[in-house]
Amino acid sequence: MRPDFSVLLLTTLIGAGQGLFLALFTVQLYAIAGLLPPPPGHAFYAHGSLVALLFLVGGLIASFFHLGRPERAWRSAAMWRTSWLSREVIVLPALMAVVFLFGVAHLAGWKPVLATLPSGIAIDATVALGVVGTVLAFALFLCTAMIYACLPFLREWASPLTVVNYTLLGGASGFTLAAAFASGVAPELTRFLAGWAFVITLLGALSRIASLIRNSRLKPKSTLQTAIGIKHPRIVQKAMGFMGGSYNTREFFHGRSGAVLRSVKWVFLLTAFAVPLALLAWGWSAAPAGVLAAAFVVQYAGLLAERWFFFAQANHPQNLYYQAVA
Amino acid sequence: MTQLALVIDLNVCVGCHACVTSCKEWNTSGSAGPLADLEPYGKDPTGAFFNRVQTFEVGEYPNTQTVHFPKSCLHCEDPPCVPVCPTGASYKREADGIVLVDYDKCIGCKYCSWACPYGAREVDPKRKVMTKCTLCVDRIYDQTRPESERKPACVMACPTSARLFGDIHDPESVVSQAIRDNAGYALMPEWGTHPANHYLPRRKTPMHIHEDELARADNPLKVDGLLPKPAKSEPTLDDVMSW
Repeated sequence: MRPDFSVLLLTTLIGAGQGLFLALFTVQLYAIAGLLPPPPGHAFYAHGSLVALLFLVGGLIASFFHLGRPERAWRSAAMWRTSWLSREVIVLPALMAVVFLFGVAHLAGWKPVLATLPSGIAIDATVALGVVGTVLAFALFLCTAMIYACLPFLREWASPLTVVNYTLLGGASGFTLAAAFASGVAPELTRFLAGWAFVITLLGALSRIASLIRNSRLKPKSTLQTAIGIKHPRIVQKAMGFMGGSYNTREFFHGRSGAVLRSVKWVFLLTAFAVPLALLAWGWSAAPAGVLAAAFVVQYAGLLAERWFFFAQANHPQNLYYQAVA
Repeated sequence: MTQLALVIDLNVCVGCHACVTSCKEWNTSGSAGPLADLEPYGKDPTGAFFNRVQTFEVGEYPNTQTVHFPKSCLHCEDPPCVPVCPTGASYKREADGIVLVDYDKCIGCKYCSWACPYGAREVDPKRKVMTKCTLCVDRIYDQTRPESERKPACVMACPTSARLFGDIHDPESVVSQAIRDNAGYALMPEWGTHPANHYLPRRKTPMHIHEDELARADNPLKVDGLLPKPAKSEPTLDDVMSW
């Protein structure tokens, strides 16, 4: 498939936004349980929510550049019963609203106690918003990944690993962002967040490598034989029916050589996983200012490369029909 | 239930592209607006087409067959492109099974084209919406046309009648009979899309000459065997006779 830069930006930006929100709420849950010192003031949650919101809005804006008719984008919420894309279109604004309210509630100190647990821990409105936001954030990971994983003949995508990867890679970049953010506004949380970012990045690396191994072993189900229905081991296309380009020759191929594809794979394995893991470990042990921020920037660039590879590697069966110009 | 479809006879198609040009002509002149035709005389012409004829070589020289393969939307009975559409612009008509795009609802997200394993959908580069074969829905129901012309433009144009049109759910229709009688098959059956369009395979017309046909075993008087067969060295009648 041809990687469209707007979709690369959309999926990586909202992934980081979702992950950042999950990190903020994780800190709040740990603080409520008394496992972490509560961050001083509300700047951490409120400003953190603002950053998460900016990432989500950035992703939403990027998505419009993928559309031929962006002015009709509102229509895309209609078919949520059948379309994962439609579900994503609903869940993304819902998450944005909850992240906004979560930040505002923390900023305004609006914390009416809704319930009290038997252990004496008070459940206030921000916790309720956080729980709803967490559900929505995971739902959004599911929707985004299922857009790709639900297409059975794009076999590189049609795997539960796609959902695991989108969740873990979004979570990893979000927690790395949270660690970088905390090193600025709440240094006492930096080690906690950098530790989790390290763990999630490591898990993300494992699941992404698992999907690379899976995809390298795929054997195509569709062949020229099934494409035109002729049983013969040697079939060669002599003409695709036209000599200029068409949508079919542009949309479904990345247009680069196999060497580029292979080098992008190694680039993203290094920049999305290896280098950020080293920087996170460095930031976890001692924290020179900027190390964690660098970890996020490197990881985000690496995830852009990862997403490019994700698209480029997917081999659409329609390409069988477009192999020879003559 | 009706499921309109094309049946394309690969044994008859000569690859003349008449269906391609007539399709483009009909669909660029219709009420839905022109199909893009960019730089038609330039270096790199492009545009939207609903139908293409491709050419494949089967086998190894000298035992090869050239197969011309017309390709358009197959109007699948279980179309994977329809449920993925976020706006409902892509739909399959209950009445006749034609898969259509509502050009006024389409947002041009291209997702349906990703979901089609056959590459049957093309974004119109000018209108920025998804387009595809309509089975000439604006022609086949046109009451002002004589009954014999209520067929898709490609079917009307085919000089060798390689394209048949009809209802594959009606067992007596010309397309159902053609599929039954000539082993019609569907493309990429592995994805369970159940394409409505079918293809008829190449058929060989072999000639068998049996021994008894050479020896005239069916000659009841056995005249052949009774006639004298002089050796080549013996004089012929011409040698001994002066006429």
